[in-house]
Amino acid sequence: MHPAPSVILFSTLSGLGFGLLFWLGLGFPDVSGGVAFVFFAIAYSLAVGGLLASTFHLGHPERAIKAFSQWRTSWLSREGWAAVAALIVGAAFGAGLVYMDQRLAVLGWAASLLSLATVLATSMIYTQLRTVPRWNMPLTPVMYLAYALAGGALLAGQVKFAIGLLIVAGLVQIACWMLGDRALAGSGSTLATATGLGRRGAVRAFEPPHTGNNYLLREMVFVVGRKHAAKLRVIAIALAVVLPVALLMAPFHHVLAALAVLSHVAGVLTSRWLFFAEAEHVVGLYYGKR
Amino acid sequence: MRARQPAVETSPKVSDEVRQTTCYMCACRCGINVHLKDGKVAYIEGNRDHPVNKGVLCAKGSAGIMQHNAPSRLRAPLKRVGPRGSGEFEEISWDEALDVAVGWLKPIRETDPSKLAFFTGRDQSQSFTSFWAQNFGTPNYAAHGGFCSVNMATAGIYTMGGAFWEFGQPDWDRTKLFMLFGVAEDHDSNPIKMGIGRLKANGGRMIGVNPIRTGYNAVADDWVGITPGTDGLFILSLIHVLMQSGRIDLDYLARYTNAPVLLNCDPKSKMYGMFLRNAEGKPQVIDRATGKPAPFDKRGITPDLSGTLREAGITHKPVFHQMAEHFLSPDHAPEAVADRCGVPADRIRAIAAELARVAFDEAFELDIEWTDFRGETHAKMIGRPVSFHAMRGISAHANGFQTCRALHVLQILLGTVEVPGGFRFKPPYPKPIEAHPTPHCGASPNRPLDGPHLGFVRGPQDLALKPDGSPARIDKAFTWENPLSAHGLMHMVISNAHAGDPYKIDTLFLYMANMAWNSSMNTRGVIDMLTDTDDDGNYVIPHIIYSDAYSSETVAYADLILPDTTYLERHDCISLLDRPICEADAAADAIRWPVVEPDRDVRGFQSVLVDLANRMKLQGFTKDDGTAKYADYADYITRHERKPGIGPLAGWRLPAEGSGVGGSSSEAHAEGRGSPNPDQLKHYIENGGFWSQHIPEQAQYYKPWNTAYQDWAVSLGLFDSPQPYLFQLYLEPLRRFQIAAEGHGQRQPPDHLRDRIRTTMDPLPVWYDTTPPEQEAYPVHALTQRPMAMYHSWGTQNAWLRQLHGRNPLYVPTNLMRQHGLQDGDWARVTSPHGEIIVPVMEMAALNDNTVWSWNAIGKRKGAWALEPDAPEATRGFLLNHLIHELLPPRGDGLRWANSDPITGQAAWFDLKVRIEKAPDQTESQPAFEPLASPVGTGPKTLTWKVGK
Amino acid sequence: MTALPETTQRQLGLVIDLDTCVGCHACVISCKGWNTENYGAPLSDQDPYGADPSGTFLNRVHSYEVQPPDGAAQLVHFPKSCLHCHDAPCVTVCPTGASYKRTEDGIVLVNESDCIGCGLCAWACPYGARELDLAAGVMKKCTLCIDRIYNENLPEEDRVPACVRTCPAGARHFGDLGDPDSDVSKLVVERGGMDLMPEQGTRPVNKYLPPRLKDQIGTAPAAPMPDVTDQPGGFLGWLDKALEKL
Ligand SMILES: Nc1nc2c(c(=O)[nH]1)N[C@H]1C(S)=C(S)[C@@H](COP(=O)(O)OP(=O)(O)OC[C@H]3O[C@@H](n4cnc5c(=O)[nH]c(N)nc54)[C@H](O)[C@@H]3O)O[C@H]1N2
Ligand SMILES: Nc1nc2c(c(=O)[nH]1)N[C@H]1C(S)=C(S)[C@@H](COP(=O)(O)OP(=O)(O)OC[C@H]3O[C@@H](n4cnc5c(=O)[nH]c(N)nc54)[C@H](O)[C@@H]3O)O[C@H]1N2
Ligand code: SF4
Ligand code: SF4
Ligand code: SF4
Ligand code: SF4
Ligand code: SF4
Ligand SMILES: [Mo]
Repeated sequence: MHPAPSVILFSTLSGLGFGLLFWLGLGFPDVSGGVAFVFFAIAYSLAVGGLLASTFHLGHPERAIKAFSQWRTSWLSREGWAAVAALIVGAAFGAGLVYMDQRLAVLGWAASLLSLATVLATSMIYTQLRTVPRWNMPLTPVMYLAYALAGGALLAGQVKFAIGLLIVAGLVQIACWMLGDRALAGSGSTLATATGLGRRGAVRAFEPPHTGNNYLLREMVFVVGRKHAAKLRVIAIALAVVLPVALLMAPFHHVLAALAVLSHVAGVLTSRWLFFAEAEHVVGLYYGKR
Repeated sequence: MRARQPAVETSPKVSDEVRQTTCYMCACRCGINVHLKDGKVAYIEGNRDHPVNKGVLCAKGSAGIMQHNAPSRLRAPLKRVGPRGSGEFEEISWDEALDVAVGWLKPIRETDPSKLAFFTGRDQSQSFTSFWAQNFGTPNYAAHGGFCSVNMATAGIYTMGGAFWEFGQPDWDRTKLFMLFGVAEDHDSNPIKMGIGRLKANGGRMIGVNPIRTGYNAVADDWVGITPGTDGLFILSLIHVLMQSGRIDLDYLARYTNAPVLLNCDPKSKMYGMFLRNAEGKPQVIDRATGKPAPFDKRGITPDLSGTLREAGITHKPVFHQMAEHFLSPDHAPEAVADRCGVPADRIRAIAAELARVAFDEAFELDIEWTDFRGETHAKMIGRPVSFHAMRGISAHANGFQTCRALHVLQILLGTVEVPGGFRFKPPYPKPIEAHPTPHCGASPNRPLDGPHLGFVRGPQDLALKPDGSPARIDKAFTWENPLSAHGLMHMVISNAHAGDPYKIDTLFLYMANMAWNSSMNTRGVIDMLTDTDDDGNYVIPHIIYSDAYSSETVAYADLILPDTTYLERHDCISLLDRPICEADAAADAIRWPVVEPDRDVRGFQSVLVDLANRMKLQGFTKDDGTAKYADYADYITRHERKPGIGPLAGWRLPAEGSGVGGSSSEAHAEGRGSPNPDQLKHYIENGGFWSQHIPEQAQYYKPWNTAYQDWAVSLGLFDSPQPYLFQLYLEPLRRFQIAAEGHGQRQPPDHLRDRIRTTMDPLPVWYDTTPPEQEAYPVHALTQRPMAMYHSWGTQNAWLRQLHGRNPLYVPTNLMRQHGLQDGDWARVTSPHGEIIVPVMEMAALNDNTVWSWNAIGKRKGAWALEPDAPEATRGFLLNHLIHELLPPRGDGLRWANSDPITGQAAWFDLKVRIEKAPDQTESQPAFEPLASPVGTGPKTLTWKVGK
Repeated sequence: MTALPETTQRQLGLVIDLDTCVGCHACVISCKGWNTENYGAPLSDQDPYGADPSGTFLNRVHSYEVQPPDGAAQLVHFPKSCLHCHDAPCVTVCPTGASYKRTEDGIVLVNESDCIGCGLCAWACPYGARELDLAAGVMKKCTLCIDRIYNENLPEEDRVPACVRTCPAGARHFGDLGDPDSDVSKLVVERGGMDLMPEQGTRPVNKYLPPRLKDQIGTAPAAPMPDVTDQPGGFLGWLDKALEKL
């Protein structure tokens, strides 16, 4: 799939934002007043920024409101609802902390839950797609949640949780890659099934239907070099997990913590780039690109 | 939960108005419905009532709307201001343009009309353009058939009085086995596709013979991936097997072909190899009933395929005896040809057996009574459901004429021409050679030519030679080098004119042929010839006038451009005098008419020719009082009479009065013959742009011999009297040339051609190898194919079509990919004896092991066609034409032999052989040419074409 | 409206005959022409005369080579447009309800005025049947020519999809695949019509008819051809006898 910057930014930032909101809702860290304001501001700018970024790739962003209508069937719609709900409930909870120094715990828990739901919904947008076998597995939401929780913990300054969750996220990530590499083959979709011609013999794509470009090729038939991808995987894990964990293990210092956050964000961005770039849409079979 | 579904407008208004005319994106000439909204073209679909396409439309036809709104369209007449080839022009008025043209043409006409060479390309008004040229008086006129497929046309017409092209078709409803040779697309584009669809729906099968398995060959049930240039061998071998096993239609051969005609078999006789004729010149046969000789068409006789007649001491035997000897020769056995053809001997035998099985074991009868030209009435029509079609794949080789002949002989031996289930002619065919003119070249100042330019020579006497024996025509058509060049040799015009051989010309007048690019062999050489100057700095070809509708490559090389309208903006006439739209069971012709008005200063070229003719007062265009006969082309179409009662259009003529010739008149109108009707075009328009008349049922088959057909054809004006004839398995005119080459007769060939004439002009089909010896170093065949969705060069400016075929890789068979270490997208250097190109490659498995190919005419010159200079057509697209020369490489005999068929002059495009090797990656295909300046700029950056907002 | 109807009254769709399709692209362009002028936004083209032309098409013709275990490689032209799936994943993913499957005929449509152009439906479609139009910013797909098949301004015989009407080879058939007695359903049974990527669980309505067996001449030993030149008198001897029988 085409690794569109808007989608990469969206899923990374909103994951972090909602991850942070999750921790804040649970009272980690237990802050109020100005400090709470800063934490909530960070969570909201990440979450809302991410959501805004996601509208950049829409053909008609001005109609975005319509996306709330199909919560019964559509994960994208559910994500919208969950996000809005999480943000509203979180805001109420945050307002209590910032302006009234009140910890309305039930609201907090609700905000945390809704935040997780949002991340889950985001991940389900991808997970549900049978057309992208690499995404279409239970580990995808686990990975999204793990990254959100780990990143959230990191931002929330929950060093112990962060270390543990980062390691979990890293392991899940590696598992995702390993399973993902086999997913297309395991999906059963091949050029033979795509064309129904497999019974006759070995099928090979000959002339493409057009020498010109088109939406499908740009959007879904992105191919990333194997060596290039392997390199980026190492970088992603190093930045998202290894380096932050190392930094966190070192004696605490704000600069180191900030570096850990930056490193993590860069790592997750890389991982998300790979998430899209490596994802093989089965339509590529028709173009002989799989 | 079920929310309400949105309301969809399921019955929107489709358009304000539908105007029906004829498509022009290829020679197929389908009927189209042009939907207009606010006076603009909104949508084009096929016309269901039209005889050619019955509603369907190909990709090009549907994309006509993008052709019509193409940014490459010329806007006004252009006068060259930069040097030739720069593309620098100034727009001028029509008055100025026509003044310039007359200023060049009139003096030529007054002194030596042959100094004008007028050649037209892919146009469909040849009966009109030739009429113009004839009245101008130049012998130098032809259309592009000489480099297209004259072998196919000529071999068909000489052998059976009609050809493949779009002039005949398989009996699609009844055929069971269809064998197709060397076709990628062809002129009968939609009918062939419809036919194949119908064949398959009826449970029929198809064999494709083609080195490349795409398109029709991809849907063929059996594919013969033959070695290019060897079809003749393969077919002769099929004939061999069929004769050897007696699986031929003897009755058919005896009755309808010249197999029983008596042949002089005395090698010492001057008439050796000629027919025995009676006093009236009629070929003689032996009547089985009496055992006596009789003219072939004598009422009541049954010609005998066997027997011997001695007359005046000379032994005469039926042609069939010579055929047996010829075809049964072991040289033609499958085992003897298999390796060269790349087809195993067993497969050749199996295919022959299958042809015979279907022709004879699946024969059927139609209960239709008919009477033949000898007066015999047959209670039934016998169906032999095997049919053939072929085109440039066998035609565009230097042995193509004889290969096409061989194929016709094969179908005739199976008795499957003009019978139910077989191959059928479309009116005005069948037509014996005798009903065609011979070529004319008598030019004199200020006078029309002494007759039509093109024709069918019967022997050396008809060659277009001057009294001194030199060629009368600039293209050297109808000379000893290519005696039967019935379509002229457009591919030789520029090089001959440049060389001043046989003479120099003053003005080259081209219409609709992209001669500076994909239409020419040796494109670079042609460009150099067009721009070459003499010692005084004048162009060697002094004046070039060109009519195009678009900013093509050739525009850049002309001095004066006469911009044409598009096909939706002008009158045209698809005439029975020319290449009509008939079907096997109906005569039909059609028009184009301005369904929209031009939005710019362009004029229909034919009307411009009328204007030029009027300005020069050419005879056929001028009344006795000196005033103009025709106001414009529409006027010409309506009022011109070729002979009394016969005009360009056959429909809605007026009965009796007027010219005094009535035809099969209905109440108010006459069809075929009749006097001009001022309202004729109106009737055509009301009828959807065409006219058609069905052939009566009893006249639909056996047409060359069927009295009912002959009478119908006479009544329609196709002939003036019935013209029954025999299929010419043995071609006597060729024998006349051999006899000349053997040293007999008044007109003698130059000595260096004697051998070649003797061997190639065999009156029975032969095969000869066309691989010149120097090509040993070039082991790989290189071919082109037409993409179904693209028409030569004009398709590429089409915003929709160019997304389908915007560049063309060289397709290379898997084995050669491996051998040369090539992968898709790599570049290869392709070298011929004449030149070299470097192009991207793509692997193909369903391809002859020793053949590479590409799509024809996708490659474009930078700056042409209003495309951006970095368009893929110009950067990755390429032409094979750079590798092909109009002459073969020198052979050390001091001569340059033409790269053409020695009989017809057909350009041998597909004899090309090359060497390929891996080349370093390139940024552009090579050779890369300097960009042309565009007289029309480039196109818009986005397109959201919707007329009805 | 992204819930899929449990059943539809009819299942209109196409049957495409891979044995007959010659790969001419006629259906591609007539579809482009009709749908540029009709349903919704025109199918736009970007850089139509430049280096990287690209545009929206609802129907595309691929080609594939098939190498059987023995015998020559074969080539199959392969048209592809929306298959109007029963279990259309493109519909259920749509957040706005712009994508829906009609209850009366099963046609899968995009209501362009509701579409936000998120592209998710195109991601969900295994077949590449949806293309986002860059100029209009909305998702385009085959409408099964809904504005033709019921169009009372068209003559009855023309109430078929543009691509079907134009296909010169007759390789495209349109009809109700839900009705076992329809011509298309019978064709599917007769010719072993197949689903594309059945493992994707989309249950396409459109069916593909597989190519017939190729290159069969000469594979089974045929009755040997007689050799008439073997006989006494050779070919001419045979000829005389044969002529007698005529
Ligand atoms: N390598 C290779 N070369 C080949 C062939 C091959 O198979 N292989 N095939 C050969 C054959 S058979 C042919 S027929 C030729 C075809 O080659 P051409 O006859 O040159 O065909 P086009 O490229 O279509 O060029 C015709 C010209 O007509 C112009 N034109 C289009 N419409 C109109 C109109 O309405 N009015 C006017 N006045 N002009 C118009 C176009 O803009 C174009 O410049 O190519 C030959 N060249
Ligand atoms: N779409 C479209 N239609 C067109 C045209 C167009 O440009 N585009 N051009 C029109 C014109 S001008 C013409 S002349 C016709 C020509 O129509 P076709 O006769 O179909 O001409 P080509 O496309 O040159 O295809 C020649 C075929 O012959 C095969 N071939 C080459 N050498 C051999 C051989 O030795 N033996 C055999 N058996 N096959 C061989 C090639 O592989 C190719 O398939 O098409 C007309 N129709
Ligand atoms: S075959 Fe196509 S391009 Fe040729 S006349 Fe018919 S519709 Fe037009
Ligand atoms: S083919 Fe694709 S777009 Fe069409 S219904 Fe099926 S999934 Fe949806
Ligand atoms: S692009 Fe339009 S139709 Fe497709 S899922 Fe998004 S909103 Fe729905
Ligand atoms: S049914 Fe209509 S919209 Fe669908 S592919 Fe055919 S022409 Fe295009
Ligand atoms: S129009 Fe018919 S034959 Fe041509 S590509 Fe489409 S389906 Fe195939
Ligand atoms: Mo041609």
